[in-house]
Amino acid sequence: MTSRPPNGIPVSIRSLRKSFGQQPVLKGLEFEIRSGEIFVLMGPSGSGKSVFLRHLIGLESPDSGEIRIGGELATSEGVGDRFRLAMVFQSGGLLNSLSVAENVGLMLSELRLKPPAEIDRIVADRLALVKLGPEVADKYPNELSGGMRKRVAIARALVADPQLILFDEPTSELDPLVALTIGREILNLNRRTGATTVVVTHDRDLAFGIADRIAFLLEGNIIALGSPAEIRAAQHPLIQEFLAADFQTPESAAMG
Amino acid sequence: MFQNLGEILMLLGATLGSLPRAWQDRRKIAEQLFDIGNASLFMACTLSLFIGGVLALQTGPLLAERGLGSSLGGLVALGLCKELAPVMMAVLIAGRIGSAMAAELGSMRVYQEIDALRTLNINPIRYLVVPRVIAISIALPCLVIFANLVGWLGGALVAGLNDRIGVSWSSYFGNLRQVVEVSDIANGLIKSFVFAIVIGVVSCHQGLTTIGGPRGIGRSVTKAVVNSIVLILVLDYVLTRLLLPLDKGWRF
Ligand SMILES: Nc1ncnc2c1ncn2[C@@H]1O[C@H](COP(=O)(O)OP(=O)(O)OP(=O)(O)O)[C@@H](O)[C@H]1O
Ligand SMILES: [Mg+2]
Repeated sequence: MTSRPPNGIPVSIRSLRKSFGQQPVLKGLEFEIRSGEIFVLMGPSGSGKSVFLRHLIGLESPDSGEIRIGGELATSEGVGDRFRLAMVFQSGGLLNSLSVAENVGLMLSELRLKPPAEIDRIVADRLALVKLGPEVADKYPNELSGGMRKRVAIARALVADPQLILFDEPTSELDPLVALTIGREILNLNRRTGATTVVVTHDRDLAFGIADRIAFLLEGNIIALGSPAEIRAAQHPLIQEFLAADFQTPESAAMG
Repeated sequence: MFQNLGEILMLLGATLGSLPRAWQDRRKIAEQLFDIGNASLFMACTLSLFIGGVLALQTGPLLAERGLGSSLGGLVALGLCKELAPVMMAVLIAGRIGSAMAAELGSMRVYQEIDALRTLNINPIRYLVVPRVIAISIALPCLVIFANLVGWLGGALVAGLNDRIGVSWSSYFGNLRQVVEVSDIANGLIKSFVFAIVIGVVSCHQGLTTIGGPRGIGRSVTKAVVNSIVLILVLDYVLTRLLLPLDKGWRF
């Protein structure tokens, strides 16, 4: 951790609860995400991982409890002005009516943060960071493969030079090789920029490959939190099952 | 049906609040205007030609039988510019443009594009709603002016060609110019401006609050169109009543 630039911001979560209608989704989460670390949140489908991420970036507000980002409430208006936050959505969240370059530069052009020539330069730079050449810049999202869309979404998130960056299932829908590249990129970015990085995934290889710490979410509760080694050693039967789960055909079972 | 009238009014307020900075978005407004014109001009033309025609056809024979054929032009023209052109153009735009806006914003909502905008610190109301509402409130009054002209022409054609009416072109337009006042046209334009804001805000609100995947988008589109049309017809009465004093206006 010492090699990372000190740009990240810490996040603290206190008794966070959220229900949708009658259904409780988050049942009193309480933990810290350290400045600059890669924090991976794992858990089965429907356990509330995406809902948790949406709270971090202020898209949902808690029923009770609080989230503080660098000391500011995540739901307060100013937090997006004071800190640079970014999120890569499970589906990418690219604007389909805009080209790749327009998507990546959207924040800069819309908020008039930079002159157009400078925006072009930054866009090309961020696309290069995620290994996309200038030839995709003028394409539209529906002309790209799922993996390319995801990388464009990452490039767009990087434009803000985020201090806190959230990834929702960055490797779902990707072939293992592209998934590996994305994992490496997340790792490189974290080392290069020092941004606090929160990754939600059920990809075990990704989680154990990049995490500084892993938390395991089950039915709205954190049932384990620690270093990858500590999670591997966790005694909780569901975690063991989750980590060991594999295709068991009769033949493979017979072969042991 | 209008449980969310409060929300719609809030969206209207937020839209008005962002107006001062709208000049920066002139390119987006121009794009929207172009789309609206492209999608509706031909239909507006056809629609108003036939509305003018049918007005003349319904009233012409009655008037002609009683020797009042010479007042047909004014009758058709007034009916069009104060009532039928604003209402019919608004209904057309609600069906053609309001539905498209609800569908577009609805799919942006469902596919998390709106959430993505918010994480980029971009206000979706300013980015999406304001240019659309401005464009539609410029486009609809323009369409109404256009519909007036085409509709008057439609009436004149029927008046001249139908042998049970037989009102000449010059008699028709002579009467029209005598009867129709600037205030009558302004009356229709004011109405259409209000209708345009209703369509824009209701449709965008419906789109932004879409839930439940592709089926939700379909529901939003239907609701946007139906709610807009109901509001248009209710407001049409209210506005007509409010604008009555305007009737003693100036002549051409
Ligand atoms: N806006 C919402 N309204 C109602 N229920 C919701 C909403 N968002 C999420 N939920 C519910 O919350 C629960 C957790 O959803 P969430 O999307 O966080 O799961 P997840 O852990 O991200 O799963 P996955 O790994 O499949 O993405 C689900 O049961 C879901 O039905
Ligand atoms: Mg999810």
